[in-house]
Amino acid sequence: MSLARRVTLPAAILSLAIGAAAYAQQEFSGAINARQGHMQIMAFNVGILGNMARGNTEYDAEAATTAASNLAALAMVDGRGYWVPGSDNGAVENTRALPAIWEDMAGFGADWQAYGEAVTGLQAAAGNGLDALRGAMGPLGNACGACHDDFRQPSD
Amino acid sequence: MGRLILSCALAGCLAIGMFWLLTAPERSDAALLSGLEGDARRGEAVFWAGGCASCHAAQEATGDDRLVLSGGRAFASDFGTFIAPNISPHPEAGIGGWSDLAFVDAMRNGVSPDGRHYYPAFPYTAYRLATVQDMLDLRAFIDTLPPSAQPSLPHEVGFPFSIRRLVGVWKRLHMPDGYAVSGPLDPVAERGRYLSEALAHCAECHTPRNRLGGLDRDLWMAGAPNPNGEGRIPGITPDRLSWSEADIAAYLRDGFTPDFDSAGGHMADVIRNLAMLEDADRAAIAAYLKALPESE
Repeated sequence: MSLARRVTLPAAILSLAIGAAAYAQQEFSGAINARQGHMQIMAFNVGILGNMARGNTEYDAEAATTAASNLAALAMVDGRGYWVPGSDNGAVENTRALPAIWEDMAGFGADWQAYGEAVTGLQAAAGNGLDALRGAMGPLGNACGACHDDFRQPSD
Repeated sequence: MGRLILSCALAGCLAIGMFWLLTAPERSDAALLSGLEGDARRGEAVFWAGGCASCHAAQEATGDDRLVLSGGRAFASDFGTFIAPNISPHPEAGIGGWSDLAFVDAMRNGVSPDGRHYYPAFPYTAYRLATVQDMLDLRAFIDTLPPSAQPSLPHEVGFPFSIRRLVGVWKRLHMPDGYAVSGPLDPVAERGRYLSEALAHCAECHTPRNRLGGLDRDLWMAGAPNPNGEGRIPGITPDRLSWSEADIAAYLRDGFTPDFDSAGGHMADVIRNLAMLEDADRAAIAAYLKALPESE
């Protein structure tokens, strides 16, 4: 094997591998952006409610109901299109989605279902005064945390 | 020659004797309990503050199932895999048959009813600082929970860590004789110190460990590698955690960070416990965190 071949063959394989990873990155970037966008709209609405519950902003029954309804609507979004197999944090960058999502789709679905139940409770409570809103924030936090616990890479 | 062998043998016996004495399990005196009685209602708060269910309830238990303390969860470590035992009030499989004194010894001295050292995966280095009254209240509360007949499983620990007496040496090095934060604190932060250091054992994850697995008390709550895998457990001293006291207290109740991301990892489970406490207790923990010495 000539020197040139000895160098170029591994280099070619390496660049192919890098190319494949970059391709995967690009292939999934739309899906990853979409699901992260979904989470951000959720966090924005949770923030409206959470800031009221914590006394950072004044309680406003109408705004609270709107935010809770948004969260309920977000629970109805069918996200299967952007939870694409192969787009976990082991395969691509810029995501904290653990492979466990695809290894345990049933568990992932059950956690999403629990989020739906928590926001249903929140929707009923949000307009009923500050104490009712406060009481419903715990179950919501539980639902978010339970799913992140199993399916999201902790940040450091 | 004969005298040499004899003196070697004597020195050996002496060394073994010293080892035996120095590693002897510490037992409490029955007088410690005199005049005290457990109150199950108060014990429930101790139970949630102490985080008992996080290890002793079955894996993935939710809701009321977290009150069934059947054990069985496995905790891998550098020293072996520890399996949480059944601490339900079942008379044979659990701790229903224990005396109150045996319970207090287990919690505060890390010693089993038959006089063996427990491994420090069981955070008795924290519970050691708990009041006897709180321990009796806790016992009274556990007695009200459903019994489970599920047998406890042996730990998977290899030689030399399988020699329980060695835990006695470890205890001599790492059993605290007081709080890590010794400075004068206001009464609220003092309550927070009791909750954090004696019951909730926050430092078990948030403080780095030395090679023997003991907490590095000079880096108290400075953050540490995640014992359950990748990443780090964050530091929570004031220089590392800039959240307001109110934000910390609220986070410990609803699990939302100040920018309304949610707690994940093991902290989500911790919050399920701490959410059961009174608001004042979560505020006390927040005040204590703000009173921690800087770690950088």
